[in-house]
Amino acid sequence: MHTKVRVQSTINGEPQEFLCEPRQSLLECLRDILGLTGSKEGCNDGNCGACTVILDGRVVTSCLVLGVEAEGSEITTVEGMAKGNKLHPLQQSFLENAALQCGICTPGFLVAAKALLDQQPNPSEDEIRLWLANNLCRCTGYDKIIRAVKQAAEQMQEVNA
Amino acid sequence: MKWFDYAAPVSVGEAVGLLTAHPSARLLAGGTDLLVQLRAGRKETDLVVDAKRIPELNVLHYDPAHGLTLGSAVPCYRIYKDKNVARAYPSLAEVASLIGGTQIQGRASIGGNLCNAAPSADSAPLLIALGATCRVAGPRGSRDVPVEEFCTAPGRTVLQPGELLVSIHLPPPAPHSGSRYLRFIPRNEMDIAVAGVGVEVILENGRFRSARVALAAVAPTPLYVREAGDSLAGSPVDEASIATAAEIARKNARPITDMRGTADYRGHLCGVLTRRALEAAVARARGGN
Repeated sequence: MHTKVRVQSTINGEPQEFLCEPRQSLLECLRDILGLTGSKEGCNDGNCGACTVILDGRVVTSCLVLGVEAEGSEITTVEGMAKGNKLHPLQQSFLENAALQCGICTPGFLVAAKALLDQQPNPSEDEIRLWLANNLCRCTGYDKIIRAVKQAAEQMQEVNA
Repeated sequence: MKWFDYAAPVSVGEAVGLLTAHPSARLLAGGTDLLVQLRAGRKETDLVVDAKRIPELNVLHYDPAHGLTLGSAVPCYRIYKDKNVARAYPSLAEVASLIGGTQIQGRASIGGNLCNAAPSADSAPLLIALGATCRVAGPRGSRDVPVEEFCTAPGRTVLQPGELLVSIHLPPPAPHSGSRYLRFIPRNEMDIAVAGVGVEVILENGRFRSARVALAAVAPTPLYVREAGDSLAGSPVDEASIATAAEIARKNARPITDMRGTADYRGHLCGVLTRRALEAAVARARGGN
């Protein structure tokens, strides 16, 4: 008996309800059902991090989560980072530091970096590199990305000081 | 992925019932192996049984008298963030923090690492070295299996139809004991071990009272090398004893040659890593880090 499942969760602060097949990944649910196409499909097996979202406070690759598992959970995607037209400091910093070229990996890097700064406002370069090891970039390379995260962290601390 | 149904039982009994009624059912903890395998068609199932709402599979409890109870679905980040684990089993916290990357550690569990039964499973050698046992529940009740007997072949375990891994139990750390897992990978993180070595030593009056050594990625299953640890028992804590144990580990490795390394290279790594892991475990046993 093949029945779809109703899932209720909070996505970017808004209650959401969707109907999905148990075999659909959270990434598919976000992109194909909810139209949240900021999260990208790269490898679809957990290696590249392009589909990274925050699920109940933990960064996860949404390609390796079933949509049905999201029942009752809180999810933050890249769409939840900017406040209206005001970019998140990380987004602004990625632009200023040219920390992207093709941009496919960027949403995953932004969400993963946000989760890092949420729990560790002043990470060292080593901590940033280790935290972001599950995110792959195939064009810019990592130096600009690391610099952008570091700069965003410094700016956010100044604002909060 | 082919169609499957999804169930999220809230008790071990309910889960055993589902697994018994659906022979192809698969238990889902973090999904970092299972969902990849289902998507690639390497496994098929008509029912995915989510382990994460079953209390016994999500326990992380330390008791100085009885040791650690680690629910099979507890994700790695909970393990390395746990203060008791960091204090009593620092090597377990290290292993949990080197499996995959941040995103994988948010989901992947040590129980899943064992059930996936990869020869390269990073957690297996250390659990074997620490003398851990697996608590298995099934239609005929529960049973305990030493970790070194849990994996039977690549991708295969002792679990029978209807059975599931509930938790892993670690004895309390003995006085003057230390443990360590070391692996060799070409990059610093997010890779699969070319070879890995887990050890535990217990010291007494300047000698080894006992030791255990286990290897990863050099046999069809995680490999407990009893002779290597036994060679240390009663020996002085010195370079010669450790070199002898490392040589026994190297000789017992039965690696294959594949894209990650040749058989010779892997055997060599077992010797080097065993020596280094024993030295590190001795330093820990003596109170260092």
